Amino acid sequence: MKTLTKQADILIIGGGAAGCYAAITLAEKHPGLSVILADKANIKRSGCLAAGVNALNAYITPGHTPMDYVRYAEKDAEGIVRGDLLLSLAEGFNRVTEKLEQLGLVILKNPDGSYRTRGNRNIKINGENIKPLLAEAATRSKNVMVLNHVNMVDYLQEDGAVSGAWGIDVREERMVFIAASAVICATGGAAGLYLPNHPGSSRHKMWYSPFNTGAGYAMGLRAGAEMTTFEMRFIALRCKGTIAPTGTLAQGIGAAQVNARGEAYQTAYGNTTSERLFAVVSENLAGRGPCYLKTSGITQEEQESLEKAYLNMAPAQTMRWCETKLEPRYYDVEVEGTEPYVVGGHTGSGYWVDEKRQTTLKGLFAAGDVAGGAPQKYVTGALVEGEIAADAAAEFAKDRKTPVLPAETVERKKEWAMHFLQGTSAGANVASRSCADTSPSMGAAAPGHLWPSEKLPVYDTDSLEDAMQQAMDEYAGGIKTSYRYTEAGLFQANAHIERIERLSDFLRARDFYGLMKIFELKDRLMVSRALIAHMSARKETRWHSFAENLDHPGKDAAYEKYVNSRLEDGKIKILFRPLVKEGDTA
Amino acid sequence: MSVFVEREKCVGCGGCTEVCPGNLLFLREGKAQIRDVRDCWGCTACVKECPKNAIFYYLAADLGGAGGRLYAEDTPSTLNWVMKWPDGSEERILVDKKKANEY
Repeated sequence: MKTLTKQADILIIGGGAAGCYAAITLAEKHPGLSVILADKANIKRSGCLAAGVNALNAYITPGHTPMDYVRYAEKDAEGIVRGDLLLSLAEGFNRVTEKLEQLGLVILKNPDGSYRTRGNRNIKINGENIKPLLAEAATRSKNVMVLNHVNMVDYLQEDGAVSGAWGIDVREERMVFIAASAVICATGGAAGLYLPNHPGSSRHKMWYSPFNTGAGYAMGLRAGAEMTTFEMRFIALRCKGTIAPTGTLAQGIGAAQVNARGEAYQTAYGNTTSERLFAVVSENLAGRGPCYLKTSGITQEEQESLEKAYLNMAPAQTMRWCETKLEPRYYDVEVEGTEPYVVGGHTGSGYWVDEKRQTTLKGLFAAGDVAGGAPQKYVTGALVEGEIAADAAAEFAKDRKTPVLPAETVERKKEWAMHFLQGTSAGANVASRSCADTSPSMGAAAPGHLWPSEKLPVYDTDSLEDAMQQAMDEYAGGIKTSYRYTEAGLFQANAHIERIERLSDFLRARDFYGLMKIFELKDRLMVSRALIAHMSARKETRWHSFAENLDHPGKDAAYEKYVNSRLEDGKIKILFRPLVKEGDTA
Repeated sequence: MSVFVEREKCVGCGGCTEVCPGNLLFLREGKAQIRDVRDCWGCTACVKECPKNAIFYYLAADLGGAGGRLYAEDTPSTLNWVMKWPDGSEERILVDKKKANEY
């Protein structure tokens, strides 16, 4: 098997908003350090900002302070936040916004040159090209080498510290080993754990990127890192069918939420992020659905502006309006909840980190959706976090000799990856293959295998993914049960996930893309198992819909603490930690 | 929800295969091809990247699609979105790159 071996002072895994900004920070402030940025796709459009973004949702507008933002996020999450982390992000929102403008981002301004605000915390932009702008800045940095299409699989550890990572190059069909003095994980959150809104031909039409598979969480768990607050799931309230954002309608043009009878119902439920979703769920269950954002009555000009705004972030919505002739000025826009996600940019889920974003593993830092404790982070928060993690990783790397990868470790990892290619044409001759087959995974009837049928696995990657999503949907609070769950159901979910995990070891791929799909499934299974343990541990309902525990329907002051977890001897171990306020240290 | 590559227009430059965030597009016999249409997120990165407008995006039937095709022409000052309808008519929406969203 072909291999690529590299060394760097700092390895950044994942080139989304946080990863790119970490690279840009290292280029500007620490030009003496060598940096490798590895991304599973191409950083130009990788991560959750591929299509663009409609607004910068975390900005300190005139008359407000960073502490106001901390209070807002704390209230929205019913107190389960890390005040120290939130404050450090809020203090940097406006700094990174200025930097984005320098990089070329178009921001709407008032005649006096100040940014035009949308509500208390948002500013308006043209975010279609936000990712290309960040990628360009990262790529032109002299001390940063970008490795596109390289999917990192697991950390390497040496002398009690993370010393790099290994992965696969999907394009070149080779294994990649990178030794680094410090590693920044910025892989994003986890989508695809639950059965999506449209499980058929549109199974990937989801809110969060279907290519964000929770790799960073899974890698961390497998390496022994501590995670926090997975049970605060995120479920987005979106435009029906297209899963396009609703903020542009709700905050942008002030569209009210109404039920099928035309009644504005929101005030009866409260107005936190989870309560807005819960309101729709409850109205539907009460027989007053579907629910809508009341856009009827807007002007032709407003409609045209909306069409352009959606093209800059979610073209499907504009396409739908034009195609169905259900123009928003005449017809209200139906809303629906998505399937649940684990994503630290919106809720508190992710690595347990200190103020410098160092995880509980020495030499490993986390930023963006993969880092926990700081909900309502959004794009600007991810950028600030990338900056903080970059500075801390640089400090750590300076005092450490670049680790060397033992040949034995390399051989062991190769052998493990190879076992998923055994019995296939890929396994027989990886290096000579030039062209991938169209189907990602093998399956019993697939071509490209060398083994006799009796030795082939019964299941393929897709079918195990279906099984996982169905178990999560039915037993762990998916769309099917209106996001509600019981402990007995969670027990069932866990049994299924453990069964599918065992089956996943027998999967076979006939190319590196298929290999990546196997690793992605394994990551999702790992995250699902941890998520179930977290949900079982919080014996209360603190957030409606996000964590609706039917055995414990009320809020309980005894759970004003974090639910954290670690993987120990293959089992998820739960531990509780007291709340950390701003000014405190964890 | 997916994209469609018009083979006769594709020149095999590989631009789309480079930018797809899911590594879903690849070249075979000099033409771009999608591995599995169900796996497309609908981000339209490939649609915007294609220099020949050989890739269009469509709303799948389960999302309320009615057979329309969405193309994008990338020019220095504007991103021109072109929607072609089954009856042969088309609609264009030009988005000024220097203008921010009003909402």
